Amino acid sequence: MTTIASTEPLTTALLRFATAGSVDDGKSTLVGRLLHDSKSVLADQMEAVERASAGRGQDTPDLALLTDGLRAEREQGITIDVAYRYFATPTRRFILADTPGHVQYTRNMVTGASTADLTVILVDARNGVVEQTRRHAAIAALLRVPHVALAVNKMDLVGHRESVFAAIAEEFTAYATDLGIPEITAIPISALAGDNVVEPSAHMDWYSGPTVLEHLETVPVAHDASPRHARLPVQYVIRPQTAEHPDYRGYAGQIAAGSFRVGEPVTILPSGRTTRISGIDLLGRPVDTAWSRQSVTVLLEDDLDVARGDLIVPTGDAPATTQDIEATVCHVADQPLTVGHRVLLKHGTRTVKAIVEDIPSRLSLDDLSQRPHPARLDANDIARVRIRTAAPLPVDPYATSRRTGSFILIDPGDGTTLTAGMIGDSFTTPAPPQDETPDDGWDF
Amino acid sequence: MTTATTRSGTTDHPCTLTHADVLESEAVHIFREVAGEFERPVILFSGGKDSIVMLHLALKAFAPAPVPFALLHVDTGHNFPEVLEYRDRVVAAHGLRLHVASVQDYIDRGVLKERPDGTRNPLQTLPLTEKIRTERFDAVFGGGRRDEEKARAKERVFSLRDQFSQWDPRRQRPELWQLYNGRHAPGEHVRVFPLSDWTELDVWQYIAREGIELPEIYFAHEREVFPRSGMWLPVGEWGGPQDGETVEKRRVRYRTVGDMSCTGAVDSDAMTLDQVIAEIAASRLTERGATRADDKLSEASMEDRKREGYF
Repeated sequence: MTTIASTEPLTTALLRFATAGSVDDGKSTLVGRLLHDSKSVLADQMEAVERASAGRGQDTPDLALLTDGLRAEREQGITIDVAYRYFATPTRRFILADTPGHVQYTRNMVTGASTADLTVILVDARNGVVEQTRRHAAIAALLRVPHVALAVNKMDLVGHRESVFAAIAEEFTAYATDLGIPEITAIPISALAGDNVVEPSAHMDWYSGPTVLEHLETVPVAHDASPRHARLPVQYVIRPQTAEHPDYRGYAGQIAAGSFRVGEPVTILPSGRTTRISGIDLLGRPVDTAWSRQSVTVLLEDDLDVARGDLIVPTGDAPATTQDIEATVCHVADQPLTVGHRVLLKHGTRTVKAIVEDIPSRLSLDDLSQRPHPARLDANDIARVRIRTAAPLPVDPYATSRRTGSFILIDPGDGTTLTAGMIGDSFTTPAPPQDETPDDGWDF
Repeated sequence: MTTATTRSGTTDHPCTLTHADVLESEAVHIFREVAGEFERPVILFSGGKDSIVMLHLALKAFAPAPVPFALLHVDTGHNFPEVLEYRDRVVAAHGLRLHVASVQDYIDRGVLKERPDGTRNPLQTLPLTEKIRTERFDAVFGGGRRDEEKARAKERVFSLRDQFSQWDPRRQRPELWQLYNGRHAPGEHVRVFPLSDWTELDVWQYIAREGIELPEIYFAHEREVFPRSGMWLPVGEWGGPQDGETVEKRRVRYRTVGDMSCTGAVDSDAMTLDQVIAEIAASRLTERGATRADDKLSEASMEDRKREGYF
């Protein structure tokens, strides 16, 4: 699904982004339009869509069909799971986590947002900012997605009026800023007609900003290359024990944050022993420095007992080590989570036994109110939890590092992924607890 | 916190990773995660380009130590000789252990029946799943990519399969951040897809960047072929051509390599990697749309076969 017509060396950046919005907002049409207008849909895929559309008696190809893959989704005309799409332009590669927007699929939105550099939130220009929009913004803020774009869709149905767009953009920006979202870009579009998705609109001269695709192509993708708070979770110990490498002992892992250099003093957690980096292998070749997202093998000066699950950090820059974790979680399993629940907690490359000590409050994403001490957490609930682990873990706040501030809870019995957790405070300014109104499931 | 940013493909910081670096690094992370968490992993190796790239990544992930996994080839009995020869050479060169699950064996024993259309691709599921069970493999690496097909777009990197190797889309676990969950009950296993986020073009450009050798059938060559179901199929002992199908000699190459009965060739003059990449970039058909007979069966054919334990 690519349209790069060159054999240039690989210098194109990669942007992971997620979409949030419901079918009614035209989300599938927007995604279909992005793929179609960026020439990422190939002839046989388009033929399949035309065939399927005709088979249902639709007279124009339904671009939404490009994205709904499972039989149940096609039959019900809904999206029930995260789907990943791939497309490219001459300047950038894109991985899109396409997630459904209804309440009961909050877990999928959280999943898509967990690895996203940017989230596109879709609203219907006729309805403006609704509860669902606020929920999507809250998820983006909670997961600390660096960039948020607001796509105000169906502008053709409000006469392409600037005043409508401006009012929605202003309301959303105020709300998102309060949540601590650092950067918001609002774009008026018509996904159905293709206005401002890939091509600039002929109907909205008053808008001089980027189209959705232009914005995706130019938004900065940050790589954390600072030496501060560098973290290397050890995945695997490489010991060839061959005639050629009798004494080689390398600690393999993907740098989760910051950068490391040869000669640097490091501390191994949880043991607290210190040594220096004597070498860094970057997939078979020696380098002096390596930084976040690179998979490396680190060699140490001293022969220490280092194993999978340990964390290598710069000496003097170690995270707090604790057995009591306070976090915001999104419950992602169908079976509930209760106080006293015995679980496994996977953090980085370490999995330890843990117990849910307390669930102080449940958070309503609609108005950010908190309900104290819910009896249990059900699928898609967002809440504060306190967890006691069987062994001390070196943890960072999620606000500092998405990779070393996150964890999952696993059911020890059947291995189900129960809960996604973010260590530390939820938002910059947590709302005070208040009484909760019951929330319903569907929200058409 | 200082950060380096990238705009429009230009790098203004020495610490900027290319998208290929990122894909490579994530795939290596996946291989090492499996090595750390599973007892008996195995790599599905067909001799096709995706499995060749997988093996290359595994070699890099554990260098200078050997790859701590065996290989498993599901042999339909209709493989291209060039691919089998390549497979055996690679296994010998890296001192790997090769397991073969043979469709022909199952046909000879009467367990499986030859299909009227002669294609054996759908017959691979039983030999594969029985081999996984008897060898007690708990993690099985596959070269599947999410860009290949709509049902695969929803596939996880770690995909849980039950005792019967079945895939239940509703039982798949959410995958958050890079925290892969490999827990499984005895008898269950996990299919792992390190190339999930790669596209066809990514794979080819990586092959070019790394200088990876491929079987020759990926490049343009003269071959005796005949037309069937809108594809050029190779003449061979697998059952082609049949009456009324005319053989001609054409200059072709393979965009994807399954076995002879289900993989079509495309007309091509691309003799080098650069020419292949240019051809793919300009193609108006997907890899499978152009060349795979087995995916055309129905709108949900891949989904159905995945449920039964297909790759």
